[in-house]
Amino acid sequence: MVKKMINEPDSNIENELSEIPCVKKLKCKILQIEETKYRTTFTKKFENRKKYLPVPPGRIISTLPGTVLDVMVKNNETVKEGQPLMIYEAMKMKNRVIVPVNGKVKILNVKKGDVVCKGQLIAEIE
Amino acid sequence: MAVNKKILELKKRRQQVLLGGGEQAIQKQVAMGKLTARERIMSILDKNSFNEYDLFVEHDARDFDMDKKVLHGDGVVVGTGTIHKKPVCIFAQDFTVAGGSLGFMHSRKITKIMDHSLKMKMPLIGINDSGGARIQEGVNSLAGYGEIFFRNTLASGVIPQISVILGPCAGGAVYSPALTDFVFVVDKISKMFITGPEVIKTVLGEEISMEDLGGARVHSEITGNAHFFAESEEECFEQIKKLLSFLPWSNQEKAVRSKPGLPKKSFDITSIVPSDPRQPYDVRDLVKCIVDGSDFLEVQEQWARNIVIGFGKIGGETVGFVCNQPLVLAGVLDVDSSDKAARFIRFCDAFNIPIITLVDLPGYLPGVDQEHAGVIRHGAKVLYAYSEATVPKITVIIRKAYGGGYIAMNSRHLRADFVFAWPGAEIAVMGPEGAANIIFRKEIMSAEDPEKMRKLKIKEYKEKFANPYVAAARGYIDSVIEPAETRMLLHHAVEVSARKEIYLPKKKHGIPPF
Repeated sequence: MVKKMINEPDSNIENELSEIPCVKKLKCKILQIEETKYRTTFTKKFENRKKYLPVPPGRIISTLPGTVLDVMVKNNETVKEGQPLMIYEAMKMKNRVIVPVNGKVKILNVKKGDVVCKGQLIAEIE
Repeated sequence: MAVNKKILELKKRRQQVLLGGGEQAIQKQVAMGKLTARERIMSILDKNSFNEYDLFVEHDARDFDMDKKVLHGDGVVVGTGTIHKKPVCIFAQDFTVAGGSLGFMHSRKITKIMDHSLKMKMPLIGINDSGGARIQEGVNSLAGYGEIFFRNTLASGVIPQISVILGPCAGGAVYSPALTDFVFVVDKISKMFITGPEVIKTVLGEEISMEDLGGARVHSEITGNAHFFAESEEECFEQIKKLLSFLPWSNQEKAVRSKPGLPKKSFDITSIVPSDPRQPYDVRDLVKCIVDGSDFLEVQEQWARNIVIGFGKIGGETVGFVCNQPLVLAGVLDVDSSDKAARFIRFCDAFNIPIITLVDLPGYLPGVDQEHAGVIRHGAKVLYAYSEATVPKITVIIRKAYGGGYIAMNSRHLRADFVFAWPGAEIAVMGPEGAANIIFRKEIMSAEDPEKMRKLKIKEYKEKFANPYVAAARGYIDSVIEPAETRMLLHHAVEVSARKEIYLPKKKHGIPPF
């Protein structure tokens, strides 16, 4: 079963729909469920839903804003899974960030004293 | 003479307390566009029916110079009165007294009236307008909240509990409304959140206004915490009275029977639903063709609009409606609509309100966001709530009932008492397009003109299976009915189910997929 969503109006449905008065004033869209397309309206939440993007295991993204106290790795350094990468203070806690995978530090966006935001890319291990 | 003097003293004392936080504080309250606590109570209750208790309660906090402070009534007004001439318990936090902050005696007044409402079996209405915990009272203030939450839980399913948010309701305080059955909010006045914009800004660096974080619209449209939205306090009070006209006073009663009436003539049940199941219509119009006076009180109108829930009367008896809404997201079940329906079903079940389910859905909403948000866990709540409900359960399949959606929407298999289907109903594992593509894949692929063959096979499948008669042949449907017969049959079904009794296996309680 292929499940997909299509937003382009189906001309066939469009023609049939014009006969129904209660829907005329609404901007209808097409929602496909299984192989069937339905005329309907969308909710704000549905329209604003985030598209799924897979996160590679080597990308380290900050989950809280905070201040960097120490960075224990250098660019291009070969690192091992479990090794400490940096310490930053957030929510009144000293948080240790750990290298998630074996590899080489490809990107390192932080240095001691930096303030990191939520969702910021801290480092990437290749 | 001496007695008169005492009476004068009482009057004087009363007058002092009734001023709450004093003229200045009242002026401030009015400037914010808000009514005072007592004005609010008077507006909700029948005229001259309010009796206030615990007027002379005083706090006994000693730290931080609190012993020098007089807080009239300790910031909350409690009492009993009537609505529709029936007794209710009510409390209203008084923002003019120390910002309506909750101290221990304040909470004791609330829990006292809560105990009363549970004992005497009458609805409880709580008006929230408070800056939060009275910090000077420390852990005693937290104890107060805990005592309230505990009673909310005890009373849940015994008496209807209504929360009215008419000011700030922040931090732990939000959990009392969240534990009650219906939350009323008013635009620009209600504010509910766990952590305010200030904290969010300092901790997370995210800037947001109070209104955008936890205003009335947010809770009506996004979070689903609120059940009724009003533009003004007056409108909100009318909504409360309206809701109570549909509810029984406790789980041991039925709602008051009102004078039966017919739906309005302008609602014609035969002209609302397009025959093509891919076309939308507003299911609320359909409900208005069924209920007395076309009077339908929708609950959570703006949240998870792909399902419609609410109360109406049929032949004077209250019924609860759960309806897929083809107008929004084709009426699919998803995380939010499942939560919305499941909770409503449980409310109806607890308070002896028959449930009518109008089915027209293509199934569950596909998508990574839905799967990751736990649509399995949330969707299961609908199955649980319907299966567990012992009130009369009546289903009408309007058009489509595909796959898991068919099962979930109060099917015979979850012990519906009556299942009716309109002649155009399609009861199948999936839509004809999808089913034909799978079943006839070989024929379609090997045909000279696959597209033509596909259309042919879809048509064939539609004719053979996309109808109510296959299910009717197994007795899964009790009868295939004409749309015009719907109201009459529902009325009959509600009447003959009036003495329904069901025995469930003995248990302490089930474990619903919360």
